Amino acid sequence: MSGESTYNPSNGFTKWMDSRLPILRLAHDSFVDYPTPKNLNYWWTFGGILTFCLVTQIITGIILAMHYTPHVDFAFNSVEHIMRNVNYGWLIRYIHANGASMFFLAVYIHIFRGLYYGSYKAPREVLWILGVIIYLLMMAAAFMGYVLPWGQMSLWGATVITNLFGAIPVVGESVAIWLWGGYSIDNPTLNRFFSLHYLIPFLILGVVILHIWALHVPGNNNPVGISVKSKQDTVPFHPYYTVKDGFALTVFLILFAYFIFFAPNVLGHADNYIQANPLVTPAHIVPEWYLLPFYAILRAVPDKLGGVALMFGAIFILFLLPWLDTSKVRSARYRPLFRQFYALLVLDCLLLGYLGAQPAEGIYIVLARIGTIYYFAHFLVVLPVLGIVEKPKAVPESISEPVLGAQPAE
Amino acid sequence: MMTRFAFKAVLGAAIMALGLSAPAHAAGDAKAPAAMEWSFDGLFGTYDRDALRRGFQVYKEVCASCHSLNQIAFRNLSQAGGPEFSEAEVKAIAREYIVEDGPDDYGDMYERAALPRDKFPSPYPNENAARAANGGAYPPDLSLINKARGGGADYVHALLSGYEDAPEGVEMRPGLYYNPYMAGGKIAMPAPLLEELVEYSDGTPATVEQMSMDVTHFLNWTAEPELEQRKRIGFMVLIYLTIFAGLMFFSMRKIWADLH
Repeated sequence: MSGESTYNPSNGFTKWMDSRLPILRLAHDSFVDYPTPKNLNYWWTFGGILTFCLVTQIITGIILAMHYTPHVDFAFNSVEHIMRNVNYGWLIRYIHANGASMFFLAVYIHIFRGLYYGSYKAPREVLWILGVIIYLLMMAAAFMGYVLPWGQMSLWGATVITNLFGAIPVVGESVAIWLWGGYSIDNPTLNRFFSLHYLIPFLILGVVILHIWALHVPGNNNPVGISVKSKQDTVPFHPYYTVKDGFALTVFLILFAYFIFFAPNVLGHADNYIQANPLVTPAHIVPEWYLLPFYAILRAVPDKLGGVALMFGAIFILFLLPWLDTSKVRSARYRPLFRQFYALLVLDCLLLGYLGAQPAEGIYIVLARIGTIYYFAHFLVVLPVLGIVEKPKAVPESISEPVLGAQPAE
Repeated sequence: MMTRFAFKAVLGAAIMALGLSAPAHAAGDAKAPAAMEWSFDGLFGTYDRDALRRGFQVYKEVCASCHSLNQIAFRNLSQAGGPEFSEAEVKAIAREYIVEDGPDDYGDMYERAALPRDKFPSPYPNENAARAANGGAYPPDLSLINKARGGGADYVHALLSGYEDAPEGVEMRPGLYYNPYMAGGKIAMPAPLLEELVEYSDGTPATVEQMSMDVTHFLNWTAEPELEQRKRIGFMVLIYLTIFAGLMFFSMRKIWADLH
C-alpha cells in the first residue's frame, strides 16, 4: 500500500482481473510483499493472533446461532441442547466461550505492546484510535454474548451494567427503559442483545480492515521505535512474518486448546449454569475477568454517576493518549523513567482486576481508589510530564544498526 | 427514579425468596470442601462405569423423589461415555416411569410408560407444587448441579455427606438443617443419605460416603456427558499442535537463517 506495488500478474486471468478489480494486487501488496521491519519481536505476533480469534468467533458464533433460541423461556435449554444433542456442539460452544477470553487475553497483550513501544505516536494516531474503537466494540459484543445463555450471571450482570445508564442525569431512566425494551430486563432485552451480538462482530471486522489499512500506510512500528529508513530495514511480510506469526499462533492455540478441552469452565462463573431467575440475586455479581478492572473503578467511586463516568473515562482516555504522551521517543527501550511507570501501570491494572473480583468493602475499596487514582494519573500527569523531564537514552541511527550491531542495553 | 425503585423492589423480593431456599449470607462463610480423587479428573480422566451405575441407582431411589433431572433423556443412559446401560436395560428403566403424552386423535392427553427418547419426568408438576411440598424451598434440578456450584464435584460430595448437628448458638428454624458446606450453614434439604439406604446390586456396601461419591460421580456425568470424548480429543489436539508448533519453529529458523 505504501510505496510501489511489486505485483506482477503472471497469467491471462490475473492480468485480466488486475485491470478490472486489482484485488489480487491489494492482497499481494498487503500480505505478501508488504515491507515489514526486520526486528519485530514476538509481541508483534498478536495482531495475527487477534485476526484468527475474530474469525474463529464469527464462524463458531454463526454455527451456534443455528441452534440457539433467543427467548427467556428457551435460551438456557437451547444452550444445553447445543451441549448435549448437537454434533460436537459442546466443542463449538466451548471454543466460542473460551475464545472470548482468549480474544481479550490477546488484545490486552496487543494494547500493552502498543503502550510500551509507543505505537500510538505520530504518524499512527488514527491506527491507535481505530484500535480503541475495536476494543470498545469487543467489550460490547462480549457483554451481550455473556447474556445470551440466560444463566444467573447473564441476567444479573446485565442488570448491573444496564442500570449504569440509569445514572445519567435527567434522561437516565428513559435510556434504561429504552435499552431494556420494557421496565426490566426481559425477553425484549434478550432478543435485541442477540441481534446486536450478531451484528457487532461484523462491525469489528470492518474496523479491523480500517485498522490494517491505517497500519499499512505508515508501516509497522518496531521495538526500537524509529521509522524505516531504507530497504535494508525491512523484509517482505511473506514468508518471514507469515511463518513467525504462524509459529506464535500455534503456541497460542496450545493454551487455547488447554482451556477448551481440559478447563472449559474455569474462566466462567458457576452461577451461569443456573437458569436466570429474577427473584434470586446471586451473592456476588461479578463480570467476566476481562472487564474486572473497569468494574473495580466503577465501585471505587462512592457516587454512582461518578463511578460510571470514571469507568467510561478509563477507556475514553485512551483516545487522547497520542496527545497526552509528550515524549518524541517512541520505544520504552530508550526511556528509562517511562519504563518504571509503565511497569507500575501494568501492576495497577492487574491489581484493579483482582479487586474487581473482591467484595466492595473495607481494604478492597481503599486499594481500588488508590489504583483508580494511579490509572488516571498515569495518563493525565505522568505521561505529559515525563516527556518534558525525562532524558532519553541515545536512539540508534537505523533499525539495521541495532539488529546487526550490538543490542542496546535492556 | 422509577427504575431504581423497581430494582430495589426486585431486590427485596429476591431477599425474601432467598429466606428459605438459599442463604442471604455471603458465600465466604462456608467450609471449604475437601478435594477428593475422581477418576474423571486430569488429562486422561474417564468415568467409572460401575460408579455411574451405582450413582444412578442412588439418584433414582433417593434424589429423584424431590429433584428433577430435566436435561437427561433415558436414551442418554446407553450413550458412550456414560453409564452405558444396554438398550434393553434402558427400555426397561424407562418403562418404570409414567409420562403424559398427547393430545391423541380425540384431543385428550393420556399417560403412557416412558420410552428411551423421553426425558426423566419431574417429581412435581411445577415449581409451586415443589415448594408447597418442601416447606417453601425449591429442590434445584440436578442435571447441571456439578457445574452450577463453585467447587463442583467436591462440593456436592461434601454437602451430601457433611451434615452435622448445629453448633451451639446457631438458631435453626424448623425445616432447616445445619450443613457447614452450605453458604450460611442452613439448608432446607434434610440429610438425604443414611447408611444402607439403597441396596447396591453389585454388593458394594452402601455407606453414606460410598453413596455420596457414587451419586456425585453420576451427577458429574449428567453435567458433563461429553467429558470422556472431550478429554480424548483434547489430548490428540495437544499432541498435534505441539508437533505442528515444532515444525513451524524449525521452518521459521530456516527461513530467517539467510537474513543475518
